[in-house]
Amino acid sequence: MSDPVFHLSDVVLSLKGNAGTVDILRGISLDVQARETVALTGPSGSGKSSLLMVMGGLEQATGGTVYALGENLTTMNEDALARFRLGRMGIVFQSFHLIPTMTALENVATPMELAGDPDAFPKAEAALETVGLGHRIDHYPAQMSGGEQQRVALARACAPRPAILLADEPTGNLDSTNGAAIMDLLFDLRDQYGATLVLVTHDPALAARCDRAIALADGRIA
Amino acid sequence: MSLSLAAKFARREMRGGLRGFRLFLACLALGVAAIAAVGSVRAAIEAGLAREGAAILGGAAELDFTYRFATEQERAWMANRANAVSEIVEFRSMAVVKDDRALTQIKGIDDAYPLVGTVTLSPDIPLDAALATTNGISGAVMERALSDRLGLTPGDTFQLGTKTFTLTALLIREPDSAASGFALGPRTLLMRDALEGSGLLTPGTLFNSKYRLDLPPDADLAALQSQAEAQFENAGMRWTDARNGAPGVAQFVNRLGAFLVLVGLSGLAVGGVGVSAAVRAYLQGKTGVIATLRALGADRATIFQTYFIQIGALSLLGIAIGLTLGAFVPLLLSPLIEARLPVPATFSLYPAPLIEAALYGLLTALAFTLWPLARSEDVRAATLFRDAWAGANRLPAPRYLITIALITASLIGLAGWFNGSWWLTLWTLGGIGGALLILALAAALLRYIAGKLARRTHGRPRLRWALAAISGPGEGAGAVVLSLGLGLSVIAAVGQIDGNLRNAISGNLPDVAPSYFFVDIQKDQMPGYTERLTNDASVTRIDSAPMLRGVITQINGAPARDTAGDHWVVRGDRGVTYSALPGEDTKITAGTWWAEDYTGPPLISFAAEEAAEMNLKLGDTLTVNILGRDITGTIASFREVDFSTAGIGFILTMNPAALSGAPHTFISTVYADETAEAAILRDLATAYPNITAIRVRDAIDRVSSVLASLAAATSYGALATLLTGFIVLIGAAAAGSEARTYEAAVLKTFGASRRQIATSFVLRAALLGLFAGTVALFAGALGGWAVSRYVMETDFTLIWPSALMIIAGGVLATVLAGLGFALKSLNARPAQVLRSRE
Repeated sequence: MSDPVFHLSDVVLSLKGNAGTVDILRGISLDVQARETVALTGPSGSGKSSLLMVMGGLEQATGGTVYALGENLTTMNEDALARFRLGRMGIVFQSFHLIPTMTALENVATPMELAGDPDAFPKAEAALETVGLGHRIDHYPAQMSGGEQQRVALARACAPRPAILLADEPTGNLDSTNGAAIMDLLFDLRDQYGATLVLVTHDPALAARCDRAIALADGRIA
Repeated sequence: MSLSLAAKFARREMRGGLRGFRLFLACLALGVAAIAAVGSVRAAIEAGLAREGAAILGGAAELDFTYRFATEQERAWMANRANAVSEIVEFRSMAVVKDDRALTQIKGIDDAYPLVGTVTLSPDIPLDAALATTNGISGAVMERALSDRLGLTPGDTFQLGTKTFTLTALLIREPDSAASGFALGPRTLLMRDALEGSGLLTPGTLFNSKYRLDLPPDADLAALQSQAEAQFENAGMRWTDARNGAPGVAQFVNRLGAFLVLVGLSGLAVGGVGVSAAVRAYLQGKTGVIATLRALGADRATIFQTYFIQIGALSLLGIAIGLTLGAFVPLLLSPLIEARLPVPATFSLYPAPLIEAALYGLLTALAFTLWPLARSEDVRAATLFRDAWAGANRLPAPRYLITIALITASLIGLAGWFNGSWWLTLWTLGGIGGALLILALAAALLRYIAGKLARRTHGRPRLRWALAAISGPGEGAGAVVLSLGLGLSVIAAVGQIDGNLRNAISGNLPDVAPSYFFVDIQKDQMPGYTERLTNDASVTRIDSAPMLRGVITQINGAPARDTAGDHWVVRGDRGVTYSALPGEDTKITAGTWWAEDYTGPPLISFAAEEAAEMNLKLGDTLTVNILGRDITGTIASFREVDFSTAGIGFILTMNPAALSGAPHTFISTVYADETAEAAILRDLATAYPNITAIRVRDAIDRVSSVLASLAAATSYGALATLLTGFIVLIGAAAAGSEARTYEAAVLKTFGASRRQIATSFVLRAALLGLFAGTVALFAGALGGWAVSRYVMETDFTLIWPSALMIIAGGVLATVLAGLGFALKSLNARPAQVLRSRE
């Protein structure tokens, strides 16, 4: 068996707030294999989104080690983490997080531009065609519905063909019809590009579509 | 729905305090404070001039004559009405120490001087002792500028004309100096009797005699003025009294104050842009509340009134802060200001300038907040589910547009009414309005171009992000370009006007201007004078003309003002000459010159441009009072007179027979190499001690230094505008800070380094600053060109150092303001930022 895409060992995340220190993750150990699809489930506040952020290097673990694609994320600074994600990781958020001052096309092209891809814009246009938004490429996020915005976010995450796709409750802000369509798209894209997919969800049906579901409770794997 | 309901909603909304309104309050307060402060200082100076009127004037009233002393009849009139009369005489001459000479403004006094106030000398000795004659040599005192120039210290001697004087002390303070106005040379004070035998003050010498009257306390100044003018005005008498002891200074202060208030209005306009942006941002944040209120049944009027009341209350607070600052800061700084002012000032709380500033503040706040407020009506309940301000670019309803237009018109009307000069108001406010329009159009163009370019900068993500941030929706590019741009436009216009005026005076003029003006040359001295100069190879040209001074009292037998109005030519006395032939360069525009040997009734050749302004026609008769004698002549021709060359130019020329009998002297201009100037002056002044030389270069330096102080005063006024612009800029950067933090977090998620993001932020700020600076330069240069071309009537060229400073200033200001907030955005953890938006 080849090296795991993610190797987490005794990961701790504690955040200091005005009301004192809050322990969000309390010793998580976990391996995720290449091309595997994993669902992180659990009640609100169980730490599943935080775990996803730590796996994506958006949050620095305060204890333990996080390896992704063989590299130790816990020793990297902010910029090294950003460089690591470049072309390797695509992230989809519950609130889409599109840049409001950029059109759909520009939003999708951004990660590829950062990677210095000369074909960033044709690829972005193709990705938007794939998600059914070929006719909205010049629209700004504010001019699109929630479902459309999430499709743009999906195109942005997948267009660079990353080895890893992370999705944080990608259907949380959408109705069931739009949510189902987005999930179909996400799984289709993953299948097309052969990426490893880790997603956070409350939806048992969605979790059932994954190879494995990991339940979290109170910052630990239940 | 009732207004009271709206007031209730407004009160509830304001529970959140003033957070988010610091920019709003700062913009309004600063603009109002600047205007109130300028107005308060102006009121203090005006009060000071009024209080010290008699001291400034040197008496309760003054009768001023040019070229002559008062007649017996005039003296009798004064003696019958005054407790005491002081006679002084003023003229220009040369103070000489061996081979060194300097122009000085001589004041010859009598024993009664000064009727009011005291003269301060160094060493501190009594004035009569300082000016007394000891061992046959009279004493004199002079200003330090002159003694330093001639290397004199008290005890040394110097020459005036053919007579020797002893410098006994330095003149520190003359109580009546402000009333004397602009002087080309520093003062020398001596006894009028001591001038006997100096060869100065001979018939035809250009001098002024002034008679200061000490009047009984109950004297009716207005009635006395009417009497004096009825009897003596046509004989060249000018009346001044303690009600306005220094009319020139008072008018200057009034005009400068009016202009600075108008410059202050530009600051208020910049503040208005910030106020508008703050209200827009506040209402955007309130979209949810407004939509909810709408969903609950609130009508559009209630929504409008709710926010109008809130913004109105905040505006009143901002204005109150501004008035407090504008009233008390000058009061607190009064010792400092008084020490720097050449005129007296009485600092106190003056309601008039505060009311003026408050009205400007109120109207500006209304004009700039009504537009965004009107758009609160467009928020519907349904907008909760979409971008709430999708229709944000729509114009407000016509009733609001009409109201805004009416408010703007009232503002212009009020400004014109307050400062009394429609011409100045319309030019200045037209300039501000024009600059705002240019900047608004430029901001729209910038967003369009940035949007287009963003699509063409594929592969250069940092530049593209910067361009996208400028062109994208909901960004503050418009506010930055408008506020910073307007501030920089005012500074640019001041810089360009000042630079061009200086160029016109010191740059271009000396190419064609003479080296020296010589005045008071006696008729019998002319042959020797001319011979010395014609034999000098370095002299390229000499122009000489007889010089008299006269007052135009009547046109076609009626008072001159009936036809010419308040034209400057009929105000006071003017230079008059005579000539048998037209000069070589003279261009007759209408009529004909008289025959060389003409001896008939007096004929006149008049300056064409001034004649047109005064409604004069060929054949009109003019009565000119020269040395108390009326001479009536007929206009036979008009000719072009170019005053811009600094050569000899007379408004009025007569045929020789009309004037040659009157006592007079000659004026002459000499064009020579600069290296020969010193030798010419030495030879002529030695041979003819009575004549006075005015070095044109020195006169130009003197005028330039006055202009420099004016430009400095205007720049201080404009600085308030720039400061407001910078506050708006900081406000825009602060308002955009959250968006930048979010942008940085998302970009980091996709692999952008902090350096890349920071570069994009700097690029964005620099591009905005560069653009605002460039457009401001264009708007400022346009204003500068208009003022130079039509007001100053000088050529216009772009002054590059000032222009480049404006552009560099624009870039620096935006980058500094942008970077101040970018650091926080760059260091924020993406997970925290993104989570807070979930």
